Amino acid sequence: MSLLNAQIEEQLREVFADMKKDVTLAVFTEKTGCETCEDTVAFMKEIEALSDKIHLEVLDLEEHKDRAEAYNVVMTPSIVLLNDQKSYVGIKFNGIPAGHEINSFIPAILEVSGAGEALPETFMKTLNSLEKPVNIKVFVTLSCPHCAGAVQKAHKLALESGLIDAEMVEAQTFYDLSEKFNVSSVPKVVINDQYEFVGNQPLEIFLEEIAKTQA
Amino acid sequence: MELKLNLGGKKDKVLDLSKTYDLLIVGSGPAGLNAALYAKRKGLEVGIIGKKSGGQVLDTTSVENYLGFEFKTGEDLVKEFTSHVSSLEVPVLKDVEVSSIVKSEELFEIKLTHGESAKARAVIIATGSKPRRLGVKGEDEYLGKGVAYCAICDGPLFEGLDVVVAGGGNSAVEAAIDLAKIAAKVTLVHRSQLRADQIVIDKLKSYENVDIRLETEILEVKGAALMSGVLTKDKATGEETFIDANGLFVEIGYLPNSTFVKGLLELNPRDEIKINTLNETSVPGIFAAGDVTDIPYKQVVISAAEGAKAALTANDYINRLK
Repeated sequence: MSLLNAQIEEQLREVFADMKKDVTLAVFTEKTGCETCEDTVAFMKEIEALSDKIHLEVLDLEEHKDRAEAYNVVMTPSIVLLNDQKSYVGIKFNGIPAGHEINSFIPAILEVSGAGEALPETFMKTLNSLEKPVNIKVFVTLSCPHCAGAVQKAHKLALESGLIDAEMVEAQTFYDLSEKFNVSSVPKVVINDQYEFVGNQPLEIFLEEIAKTQA
Repeated sequence: MELKLNLGGKKDKVLDLSKTYDLLIVGSGPAGLNAALYAKRKGLEVGIIGKKSGGQVLDTTSVENYLGFEFKTGEDLVKEFTSHVSSLEVPVLKDVEVSSIVKSEELFEIKLTHGESAKARAVIIATGSKPRRLGVKGEDEYLGKGVAYCAICDGPLFEGLDVVVAGGGNSAVEAAIDLAKIAAKVTLVHRSQLRADQIVIDKLKSYENVDIRLETEILEVKGAALMSGVLTKDKATGEETFIDANGLFVEIGYLPNSTFVKGLLELNPRDEIKINTLNETSVPGIFAAGDVTDIPYKQVVISAAEGAKAALTANDYINRLK
């Protein structure tokens, strides 16, 4: 099954031409119980083929335990974006970033490659004052047009702060986790498994909720 | 599984906050985008300040009444709009919200919630509207725990479950159709008669898992940790009925996004910005277009046309200043 058609491939090649540095997509899979792993790996192979700067590593959650731990990967499929130093920058996608999530996945690759734009200074000030680690989960469905916006914001915050770890969670693939956090509207943003809000809210709201974790 | 690629002008020019523009447009839905198109073609230095590129059209499954397009998903229509505008290299400031507009001498300062601001000689407000809430007990409590406002976003989370849709217009009936394909049972509840287009009502009635209850009011959303159903009242008999449901999709119309201009511009009792046929507001130099204004009929094609009108009037105004 191919997700990309010639037209989308062409568009993506053009977008990836703006990449500054190399990016590695580390995809975690499992031998059993992962219905979408095969499709996800196939999709990532298609993406890898569109730019010399994109590299793919397929890892196994069990066999590569150390690396899974380093990137805080606990479920599959999970795609971790690594920078040109092969370092984790806090950006992760749990579940296949197809449907509307292609619109958070492609910008994330560009961001990690160094082609993103700077955040306004007021936001950077708040981010630089963080002292404790922050985890942001953004629950999405692939049919939600504005979920990708929320995922992009969470990932941007992670990229700009070494203390923030941000992950997209596809709600239908990870049904149990969605149940646990009572996800019935998306995007739903959960911070440190404790503070939450619904909707693609402005960055100010993300930072307000993040501030609560620092008390 | 398909891809819905829409990077919405990833290469858009970025708005220069140090510069004074001829015209800044607040809002990036059909009205704002068409205003930008017309203003740019008139030769104005124009920019867009937007929160959600495409506006509410983005949440619409299908648009079948925009002239020239027999069928478009809301998102594909938005793509046509944004790519047309970005081909003219209109600078855009995305994902920001405006907190207020202040007039200082001959300029307007548009203040953003995160502290920065932009300057222009004229402004078009095209901030659209947001879903109206029912205003019943339990609605806020169960927001995100069953109560939802976007059927295409949240529908997949209700696979095989029972849902209620509140409302009787096109949005409500279309949401009910979308949900009928996913949910076990859909009950459409409306306090009066359906006012959706006959063509969509007929389609809804073709689904066997849909129940329609008219002249019925929703009194309360009930549940424990998650919602378990809604209490309704038959307006004729006064009889109260509890409908078991895991979800409630509220599609009862819209509220204008006009809070940031309250006190600055004259609004009508529904908080819509009052405009005349030239899209002029009560403050010279500030124009408004689309769903945020007091025009009747909130439709994509009407908003787009209103945006064009506002841009033409703004162009005349700016030429008089020069």
